[in-house]
Amino acid sequence: MNSKAFVRIAAAPYVVWMAIFVIIPLLFIVGYAFTNASGSFTLENFSNLGVYAPVFKNSFLQAGIATGVCLLIGYPFAYILSNERPAVQKVAILLIMLPMWMNFLLRTYAWMTILENNGFLNQFFRAIGLVDYLNSIGMLSTDYIPMINTSFAVVLGMVYNYLPFMILPIFTVLSGIDRRYIEAAQDLGANRRQIFRRLILPLSLPGVLSGIMMVFIPSVSTFAISRLLGGGLHWLLGDVIDMQFLGGTYNPHLGSAISLIMMIVVVVCMGIMNRFGDGEDEAVLL
Amino acid sequence: MRKALGISRIYNILVYIFLYAPILVLIIFSFNDSKNRAVWSGFTLHWYVDLLHNDAIINAFIVTLGVSVLAALVATVFGTLAAIGFFSMRRKPRAFFMGVNNIPMTNADIITGVSLMLLFVFFTQILNDLVYFVGMQTGFWLPVDFHLGFITLLLAHITFDTPYVILSVLPCLRQLDKNLSEAAQDLGATPMQAFTKVVLPQLRPGIINGAIIAFTMSVDDFVISYFTAGADVSNLAMEVYSMARRHISPEINAISTILFTIVMILLIVINVRSIRQEQAEAKRLHALQRDASR
Repeated sequence: MNSKAFVRIAAAPYVVWMAIFVIIPLLFIVGYAFTNASGSFTLENFSNLGVYAPVFKNSFLQAGIATGVCLLIGYPFAYILSNERPAVQKVAILLIMLPMWMNFLLRTYAWMTILENNGFLNQFFRAIGLVDYLNSIGMLSTDYIPMINTSFAVVLGMVYNYLPFMILPIFTVLSGIDRRYIEAAQDLGANRRQIFRRLILPLSLPGVLSGIMMVFIPSVSTFAISRLLGGGLHWLLGDVIDMQFLGGTYNPHLGSAISLIMMIVVVVCMGIMNRFGDGEDEAVLL
Repeated sequence: MRKALGISRIYNILVYIFLYAPILVLIIFSFNDSKNRAVWSGFTLHWYVDLLHNDAIINAFIVTLGVSVLAALVATVFGTLAAIGFFSMRRKPRAFFMGVNNIPMTNADIITGVSLMLLFVFFTQILNDLVYFVGMQTGFWLPVDFHLGFITLLLAHITFDTPYVILSVLPCLRQLDKNLSEAAQDLGATPMQAFTKVVLPQLRPGIINGAIIAFTMSVDDFVISYFTAGADVSNLAMEVYSMARRHISPEINAISTILFTIVMILLIVINVRSIRQEQAEAKRLHALQRDASR
């Protein structure tokens, strides 16, 4: 076989595969979203979404808070790390990635055992007398501080699971900034604050955006975290979709409508990010 | 300045404590001789022994291993060929196909999961209708009933594994010297020989890395498997999810510890490999420079 011909057809099997297993499934989502159970065209799936307005609000709010907290914790971390020696950076990044290699269900489960009413933290709070103290001043009427099955636990679960996704792209961008820019700014009389605000912060924006997206998308679409740490009391979009496809209220048409909206949100986020350029390639590989 | 660096280091260490403390608690309490995990009541391997007698876990482990190995193998072949094909394309079609290739990676897992589920449900429906039709026409009833299971799980895993292989092979292709293949052919190699003996060995690091990433992605996946595996098949992550939903059990701690240890070993192997490669590369470069200066 001619090598040119070989190269030309090399991608063909996978192109066919992508058409069947990537493109067509997405068309199925679109098709289901605009039809009803008898197969005729309808917009009902979207007009019925009003019922789920609180879930939309709850989802975007909790995912937004989690993303904000990740940014607040992750940016300083990445900034500090970018000033360390390369050898330290290498080990530090490895240590950030290591927990991500553990399944997110197990990481979430770890917090279940910690936040429980009889769990690790409550035992600790009891031992140091915090629970008794809160009881004595009337802020608490149980012998534990309720933490599991609250929105707090869900947000904590998101932050814990997705923090590395925020740190890695920001660090990649920060460590790629040319040191000579900073020296030039110093030579021109900028102080440290000015250097950060006018130079480092704008240059690190692509990494920040990439991090925001990589935390927000899995947070807004999760259902396992809210089920395990929120006790199924605080529904997110992911829970609603799960319910329509595998749960009691089987309705793939409605589920597809919600999925379609979520997909549009993702595409809009991608569009915004692509405008601001690179930084995501390295992160995606992790 | 010194002092500021000290304080910021403490901040970073606190972040590490936040990341690792829960895992540490999880591991420690996998050895705890009490069902009430919050109180330490002595060392035991009881929960690890229990795992070996838990049929659901053993089955899930076999499914996880089977699907991950098979999906990684297929994805590696697919991905390597696709990367070579994409690389030789013109800019426009290449950008288009890479865009499609990125969809499963950037889309939320739950959407990839439910979209594949819709596709699989549709196909199994058609196949079952076909069996019914053949039965009605010929009176011969095929003894099959198509439903979501290991096969659909495998198809889904191949679909989300392959993009990672492509992304890890492409950088190697960029570094490849195009003249090498031609030089081999000038020296009498057939185009196929030039490919397998000259090009492929150069791509090896990227291919192996891609295979390892694909394997890890498959072992780690929960959401897409959850929607595509059907009711009768489940992998380890799905089993952990259903266990954790029912009740908290130290057995889950034991699974976590085992998986964490495996991942640690894998990471160490990968890193040792890459360090060795860098050293070999440096040595080769050094030797070349020495030869050149002679």
